[in-house]
Amino acid sequence: MLYFSKPKIFLILACLFAGIIFSVPNLYDDESVNDLPEFFPKNKLNLGLDLQGGSHLLLEVEVEAIVKERLENLLSDMRLNLREARIGYSQIGVKDDYATVVIRDASQLDEARRVLNELSTPIATNLFSGATAKELEVEDIGNGRFNIKLTEAALQNRVLKSVEQSIEIVRRRIDELGTTEPSIQRQGTSRILVQVPGLDDPERLKALLGQTAKMNFHLLDRNVSGYDAVGGARVPSGAKLVFSETSPAEPYVIRKRVMVSGERLVDASVGFDPQTGAPEVDFRFDSLGGRKFGEVTKANVGNPFAIVLDDKVISAPVIRSPILGGSGRITGNFSVETANDLAILLRAGALPAPLSILEERTVGPGLGADSVEAGTRASIIGFVAVMIFILISYALFGLFANIALILNMVLIVGVLSLLQATLTLPGIAGIVLTIGMAVDANVLIFERIREEIRNGKTALVAIDSGYSRALGTILDANITTLISAMILFYLGSGPVRGFAVTLGIGIITSVFTAFTVTRLMVALKYRGQNRVEKLTI
Amino acid sequence: MRTLKLVPAETKIDFIRLHIASFIVSLFLVAASLGLFFTQGLNFGIDFKGGTLIEIGTNGPANIGDLRDVIGKLDLGEVQIQEFGSPDDVLIRVGEKVDATDNADNLSAVDKIRNALPQDVTFRRVEVVGPQISGELVQAGFLAVTVAIGLMLFYIWLRFEWQFSVGAVLALIHDIILTIGVFCLIQIEFNLSIIAAILTIVGYSMNDTVVVYDRVRENLRRFKKMPLSELANMSINSTLSRTVMTSVTTLLALFSLYILGGEVIRGFTMAMIWGVFVGTYSSIFIAAPVLMYLGVKRDWSEAAKD
Repeated sequence: MLYFSKPKIFLILACLFAGIIFSVPNLYDDESVNDLPEFFPKNKLNLGLDLQGGSHLLLEVEVEAIVKERLENLLSDMRLNLREARIGYSQIGVKDDYATVVIRDASQLDEARRVLNELSTPIATNLFSGATAKELEVEDIGNGRFNIKLTEAALQNRVLKSVEQSIEIVRRRIDELGTTEPSIQRQGTSRILVQVPGLDDPERLKALLGQTAKMNFHLLDRNVSGYDAVGGARVPSGAKLVFSETSPAEPYVIRKRVMVSGERLVDASVGFDPQTGAPEVDFRFDSLGGRKFGEVTKANVGNPFAIVLDDKVISAPVIRSPILGGSGRITGNFSVETANDLAILLRAGALPAPLSILEERTVGPGLGADSVEAGTRASIIGFVAVMIFILISYALFGLFANIALILNMVLIVGVLSLLQATLTLPGIAGIVLTIGMAVDANVLIFERIREEIRNGKTALVAIDSGYSRALGTILDANITTLISAMILFYLGSGPVRGFAVTLGIGIITSVFTAFTVTRLMVALKYRGQNRVEKLTI
Repeated sequence: MRTLKLVPAETKIDFIRLHIASFIVSLFLVAASLGLFFTQGLNFGIDFKGGTLIEIGTNGPANIGDLRDVIGKLDLGEVQIQEFGSPDDVLIRVGEKVDATDNADNLSAVDKIRNALPQDVTFRRVEVVGPQISGELVQAGFLAVTVAIGLMLFYIWLRFEWQFSVGAVLALIHDIILTIGVFCLIQIEFNLSIIAAILTIVGYSMNDTVVVYDRVRENLRRFKKMPLSELANMSINSTLSRTVMTSVTTLLALFSLYILGGEVIRGFTMAMIWGVFVGTYSSIFIAAPVLMYLGVKRDWSEAAKD
């Protein structure tokens, strides 16, 4: 056990050296770390949101809304196609998760089934093999009634696309906030995990993500005024009642048909009204949208139209002259910040479906800094206390163990920096716990050596058998803890996962330093000595 | 040079003779823990119950009474307000509203509180957990602990014999139940990080048990005719100084965390300190004596060969 070949010694020293190199950047602040020589790694410890402050939001794409929107579109296609085929129908509508219609004439049932089945567009289920699946399931439930449902494959496909699209739009919106290194990841089937470090105002982030931001331009219905509709007047079938965002909310009756869709916007920015100086949002359409906007405004000079965002009227100006240049401005009750947020939302585009916030965890930068300070102080004091205790317990061997302990810390920091694993507050606790447990391996070995000496063995033999006999126990004991760490890693999230990472890394490095490195130190100390009279241990 | 020895070089304490007494004490404590769990219950944090947690910092010592008045007027349902670590640090907990079907309610609770409090209050931490997520976290936590116990059972069975794995797992379950009992008793918030602490206790307790078992196995090979109780006693005694040393170093590190590591992880470190005590106790007084009742294979000559 005490013999080390030259290559082995070299390998051990190389591991320690690498650990030191990778942990060095943490001694420098962010600016001076770049002044280090070229060959040095530059990665520092990656602090978790609980240590550097920041927001963690778990969002979910509302699947029901996606289904509902598809079914609403399907409904208008059904109306159109049945009418074109001259098939009489009634009781058409959307229920829960299917669309339903009753065919009046029993002799047209087969024809109706054909027409309805044609609505289904094939969807690609596998990009490589080109396999496709049906999108819609048409079910004949008797009495002339058909129920049409999205197939499981179609639903999955739609959710997948919506989540991907949502991630892209969430990313664009967050990028506009100008924060550093936001992380936006998909989780499970319909969830999105957003982590934004060092954000001053998480409320603004939530406000930005909480809006679908579907903006459309509608003409107002001229037959019924908003107040009449609120008073009970019938709203025509092609129109609907919506309210403004102001309080008290003002009612408007708008035509359901979209005049120009917000999807045609290419740019939006904050501007100021040249007369009043009030903030406004300036926007520009693409060429198609611009042309459409020009045509509609030309035909409706003198009439009001409404700019509707997520079913709320932002403003309802009167068209004074045709707007032909493809650009326009929205004036409303804006502050500079709300105007800016609207511009951000319009530039980033609309979400395919609303996002709901399932979980929020925000740590302010102050608390994060306090935690780093408290964690560091606790680690250092715990570390020193353990070292003193070990030194007075095992004398020279205690010194070896302490050197190993310091190297262990360096290795943990080095490995964490290398892997860019996230260090959280429980993670710091994991490191402190590792300090306590790392010496366990040394304690096992040293106690065993003491025992062997008591049993009358000579010093070198006792050292040798102390190391070899303790090895099995050390491995068994550490593997059980490693199992716990692994389970925590797979099942935990956020800070708990950070704990699992440091605990796991700490176990591996501590077995290396406490067993191999101290053994090397002992071997080098007693090398060439045939007889060692007495051990201080 | 003399070195410090917490435990004399050779002890001959008859641990096994004490096992009846320790079994009775353990059974009583387990029963009391279960009783507390079913009567008093755990003080579940928002991770498992859903709801909102806000930590605020005030300029100068906070007036909890005033805060209660201001926030009580908001009609947020169940609200707890308490000092958190220092006089200018306050924790506000808002329970999940019973009729809340979606998350909008909780988010607006944060907004309402923000608007009601003076401008100079800083929001140090805000956590909102919806009912769907809290349900999943309960499941994941339960699963983690169960899987951990299962894997330990398997590992010990693989490395030793089935009797050892039963003994180790009995000790493990004992430790977990007592930890939960303590959390019921002192009503410290039980949250996700406590699950992490419990899993660490599982690891630590196993670690301790394995060290004793390793020695038992070694002695089984060396002293084929020695009565099991004597053999167990000898094994515990010869590993005793290691057991004490490791517990002391781990406790030194943990106490430093408990005192200096800040309020946020105090519950977590408290659980682990408790775990070190019960983990050490259970490997000596439960895991080892259980072997005598289950009986172990005495002839290890086959195993000794490989």
